[in-house]
Amino acid sequence: MQFDFLALYKALPALLVGALVTLRVTALSIAVGLVIGLGVGLARVWPNSFLRNVSSAYIELIRGTPLLVQIFLVYFGLPALGLNLDPFVAGVLAMGINSGAYVGEIVRGGIESIAQGQMEAALSLGMSWWQSMYYVILPQALFRILPPLGNEFIALLKDSSLVSTIAIAELTRTGQIIITRTFKSFEIWMGVALFYFVMTYAISRVVRYSEKRMRYSE
Amino acid sequence: MSDWVIKVSNLNKYFGSHHVLKDINFQVKFGEVVSIIGASGSGKSTLLRCLNGLEPIQSGEIIVDGVKINGEKVDLSRIRQSIGMIFQNFNLFPHMTVLDNVILAPHRVKKISHREAEEIALELLGKVGLAEKAHSYPYQLSGGQKQRVAIARALAMNPKVMMFDEPTSALDPETVNDVLDVMKELAEEGMTMIVVTHEMGFAREVSQRVIHIDEGRIVEEGTPEEIFYHPQNPRTRAFLSKVINI
Repeated sequence: MQFDFLALYKALPALLVGALVTLRVTALSIAVGLVIGLGVGLARVWPNSFLRNVSSAYIELIRGTPLLVQIFLVYFGLPALGLNLDPFVAGVLAMGINSGAYVGEIVRGGIESIAQGQMEAALSLGMSWWQSMYYVILPQALFRILPPLGNEFIALLKDSSLVSTIAIAELTRTGQIIITRTFKSFEIWMGVALFYFVMTYAISRVVRYSEKRMRYSE
Repeated sequence: MSDWVIKVSNLNKYFGSHHVLKDINFQVKFGEVVSIIGASGSGKSTLLRCLNGLEPIQSGEIIVDGVKINGEKVDLSRIRQSIGMIFQNFNLFPHMTVLDNVILAPHRVKKISHREAEEIALELLGKVGLAEKAHSYPYQLSGGQKQRVAIARALAMNPKVMMFDEPTSALDPETVNDVLDVMKELAEEGMTMIVVTHEMGFAREVSQRVIHIDEGRIVEEGTPEEIFYHPQNPRTRAFLSKVINI
């Protein structure tokens, strides 16, 4: 058996470009997911039951269907409604909507993990529900959800390989293209895996670092 | 303007089918210190939580500072600004310094400038003997210190009445007196106070009136002299014989 790592070496610049696309897709999806997730998570603990039910339904639907199907629905399905999206936009949108459901559950869990007495103390000082949430509950909750949030970012980065199916030239897609030209499956997929690992590892280090910096005792 | 700061009429409170508070009637005058005593689970803490709207009530009426607090379209936040609440477990905000704990509500709710709120906060922290802890975090304080910060935090809103929910029950014995001393000082300054407590010494010395709650009902009410030395109700006598060893 012989491996041609020179082929991988030659493919590195192209894979790097693909990895940067992966990072961009993931970063934008995280941003979309955080905005949706924060809203959905707050809605789940809000006294208003209508919004609570809507966000529960959203979370159930998203978590009960495959991300790949959601991506296809946005990219191939929406044109039937007259909405033609660029693959990149469709990919970010589908992944962001998907991530929003998971982030929403994480945010809800974080808020509910803060002792009830904190909300009661804040309300007793005359603060509104929103002020109590914003100044007292959320800062503590966000600190607590950093680890699960980091896991969600890592999962999202890996899942972004699914948008290769709608012709976004991210890392996985780039690997596939190079292999159709060089037939060096093992070497290139090893390289692709390595790129993914470096990125996920970097995220987990950043999360751990910010966790340490924000630490306060309770 | 009546001289009552709190008036409770025919209050009934249920947790599910459990009848926790039964036909509660009482009033608190401006400047009065009222202690509420009773066995654990008698409903005294629940009563306090009803008075600032943390617990909904099923029937009756609660009037605080001339405003009915139960019912439709009540601005609870506004009413709560005039009621300071002290909890058994302090409930300081752990992610903020002591100073920021005290500044938060006056600055954000009353819209007092940060600088002015800080001046008030430092003055109040000095009053409870903790000026030097202003820049510490709650986890760096003892239980008694935390409770005194909580008192300063409540006072910063300049409340008309202060309510204490077993303020010394979670404290180490050696820090209890620091907190009681601050409360005595407040009482001497004329603050209206309602204190749910197991500290019979405090109830006897500091309050003008003592209310004994048993199984959700006010069974006896009177001056400390009446309650502690001449209790009329057999339940009060039974309770006192268990908690007082003179």
